[in-house]
Amino acid sequence: MLPPWLQVTADGLFCPPAGVHIDPRRPVARAVVSHAHADHARPGCGGYLATPETARLLRLRLGQAVSVQELSWGEPLVLGGVRLSFHPSGHIRGAAQVRLERAGEVWVVTGDVKTAPDPTCLPYEPVRGHGLVLESTFALPVFRWPDPATVIADLLAWWRDNAEQGRPSLLFAYALGKSQRILASLPPDAGPVLLHGALEAPTAAYREGGVRLRPARRLAAAGAGEDLRGALVLAPPSAAGTPWMRRFAGAGRAFASGWMQIRGLRRRRALEAGFVLSDHADWPGLFEVIRQSGAPRVLLVHGFAAELARALREAGLAAEASPADPPREEDEAPP
Amino acid sequence: MRRFARLFAALDRSRRAREQEAALAAYFRSAPPEDAAWAACLLLGRKPRRAVPTARLRRFAAGAAGIPDWLFEACYEQVGDLAETITLLLPDGGGLEEVPLHVWLERLLPALRGLPEERQRAGVLEAWRGLDRTARLLWNKLVTGGFRVGVSQRKVIRALARLSGLEEGLLGRRLMGGWNPSAEAWRRLLQPADADADAGRPYPFCLAHPLDLPPEALGDPAAWLVEWKWDGIRAQIVRREGEVHLWSRGEGGISAAFPEIRAAAGRLPEGCVLDGEILAWGGERPLDFGLLQRRLGRRNPGGRLLAEIPVVWVGYDLLEQDGCDRRSLPLAARREALEKRLAAAPDPRLRLSPALRVTGWDEVRRLRGEARRRGAEGLVLKRRDSPYAVGRRRGLWYKWKADPYRVDAVLTYARRGHGLRAGLYTDYTFSVWDGGELVPFARAYSGLDAAEIRAVDRFIRANARERFGPVQAVKPELVFEIAFEDIRRSARHKSGVAVRFPRIARLRRDKPAEEADTVETLRALIAQKENTP
Repeated sequence: MLPPWLQVTADGLFCPPAGVHIDPRRPVARAVVSHAHADHARPGCGGYLATPETARLLRLRLGQAVSVQELSWGEPLVLGGVRLSFHPSGHIRGAAQVRLERAGEVWVVTGDVKTAPDPTCLPYEPVRGHGLVLESTFALPVFRWPDPATVIADLLAWWRDNAEQGRPSLLFAYALGKSQRILASLPPDAGPVLLHGALEAPTAAYREGGVRLRPARRLAAAGAGEDLRGALVLAPPSAAGTPWMRRFAGAGRAFASGWMQIRGLRRRRALEAGFVLSDHADWPGLFEVIRQSGAPRVLLVHGFAAELARALREAGLAAEASPADPPREEDEAPP
Repeated sequence: MRRFARLFAALDRSRRAREQEAALAAYFRSAPPEDAAWAACLLLGRKPRRAVPTARLRRFAAGAAGIPDWLFEACYEQVGDLAETITLLLPDGGGLEEVPLHVWLERLLPALRGLPEERQRAGVLEAWRGLDRTARLLWNKLVTGGFRVGVSQRKVIRALARLSGLEEGLLGRRLMGGWNPSAEAWRRLLQPADADADAGRPYPFCLAHPLDLPPEALGDPAAWLVEWKWDGIRAQIVRREGEVHLWSRGEGGISAAFPEIRAAAGRLPEGCVLDGEILAWGGERPLDFGLLQRRLGRRNPGGRLLAEIPVVWVGYDLLEQDGCDRRSLPLAARREALEKRLAAAPDPRLRLSPALRVTGWDEVRRLRGEARRRGAEGLVLKRRDSPYAVGRRRGLWYKWKADPYRVDAVLTYARRGHGLRAGLYTDYTFSVWDGGELVPFARAYSGLDAAEIRAVDRFIRANARERFGPVQAVKPELVFEIAFEDIRRSARHKSGVAVRFPRIARLRRDKPAEEADTVETLRALIAQKENTP
């Protein structure tokens, strides 16, 4: 499936002539990082190559001392005869597809990709190639996302409803990307929004990068006795089940994630609302990405790789699930 | 249909009692009576009969979604709910027509039943086209016969009580068994109390709470009546207006299945309601529950079956006498009245459940240990001053089951769960050794906590072997202690035994698979059970 200059190894996707791993799973000498989520950007690598936006988030996560080389959008960098460039994947701020070209053959590694609109990042940009390494986190036809505007409207209605009943609205959303997307999508006058501690740094980084987000206060700055009824509190999913939750015993609880498409997953978490808002492509979105790339060969990573590979083979493409698929983590794991 | 679909969605969304009740009240206030009657029926647990076989429904849905059957199955495995999988896969659109709930349930769904596949397909596709997303989910659940909603009977009755101003107990009684939904039935349900003329209805059953404390916490043993907990069919005898009706808790009216009990009860005086248990009976002890089930499944059984599986009714309580509701009297007084009543017209088929003589809790413990040998599944403890309450109330009646049988078995197959456990492997098959081979003997779903479920799910993924459709063979390595309530011979099971209510007692990481129990262990349990008085 892959050309000899691109290999699946235990450390992740490796390009020997360029001497780089793409989104390695273990510390390597030189890592090309598609975006700043923890399962794509591991600590401990000798050096990192990333878009300027991702570089900023990486330093925030891995420390200012980390060695990151920035490469602007669309600008080529030639490494050992391989021409490498970044193109927006639309997943979160800074998230890039990695285009690799050697001797006229082009492979595109999508990283995580989203075709739906998102006010906090550059829109997904189709990149043509001979082969595609594509994520398949939500690669089943049951995953078809509703219009994000409708989802935000539902979210506002839920929040208003809770406020009328005199209780806070606790919304779980991933700390990097999803939370800021929500902040950018909510009208500034809809009511007070407070942030769990884990959301403070990434939110500040987005603002400093010039992304327009509606005002939100740090929850830590709100006094213990402060009345939170009517407020929307954003928190990472990992906060559920921790002592931090005690303050929100009577709160309305919801989760914003593509997994909320499935009732059972919402109910297992005892959530009263699930907002289907994903930073990944849905089933039609994945086909759109494949079609626009024009690639006849597709290697699938993450999630429902085997299922999408089979569906693509039946549609006449050469497709395989990656043999060394990293375990699903972060926003890719069902709750 | 749309209105009820919205109610269904609201009940599914919120578990807050207040919100559920508000949604119910709003629905019942606004729905037309012929729909409201059906809604009440469905919410109280009645399931419409399956109109279309699910295998066909899957094919229709895959076809409508334009995907191959294997991809449909992959989706179903992830979603874990057939109706929902179909809803998520169908193309958008629909919602143009509105067919009332009662028309679906009375006419259109029954009309689909039994049609040849192609005509059924046309009917199903047309239905899907007419419904919006929320209504499709509900419709799919109705057509597959899998309708269930997470709302308690009590909440539904409370909402109806608020709507009608009637007492909850009266509504509960009017809704018991045999209630046929129609606009007229709805009107009768909500009509004022004094117009209540429906003579055959039983009272809502009073249920025992599981004993989750040491019995000493109940105080003075003299304040408690101790009885065997029989494993039969809980049944009320209603003797009113010259008729006898038998009502079970789960099945509704069962008069036709037990003519000998009915005949015996015909000698009771007018205006009398008794609560007890129907048991298959041989010699002086109950027979296997499986035999009783055969009786339950047969209306108007012939003489041969009557002789082959004799049954008795064992009395617990007296609820009505001389046409007066006695449920608020203390149990001691009701029990005394029951004893007198049965003694006045003795009949071997109407027996009294013995009140066990105990002097202290240690003796109660000892009796519990003896329960299985007596053919009982444990004890029931009832406060002597307790009224006959509605539903399961803490503090009045307790059931204290005998310790279950326990066997160590190996996990050999797994399937993904449904609903709350969608996507996770939570449906397990356990096997015991028969020579050098593992033979399946029980399937169990419950008993593990969330963290254990995840750990077992990970183990299964990492140790998957061949696959048989949805069934995943697993490397035989994990040993579980399986608890169950009863065991009997069965020709239909490969292991030669069938067990009742199997569940996981614990994961036994300390035990290697080779040391799991054997078929001989199971046979010995049966022998032990059969060789006791």
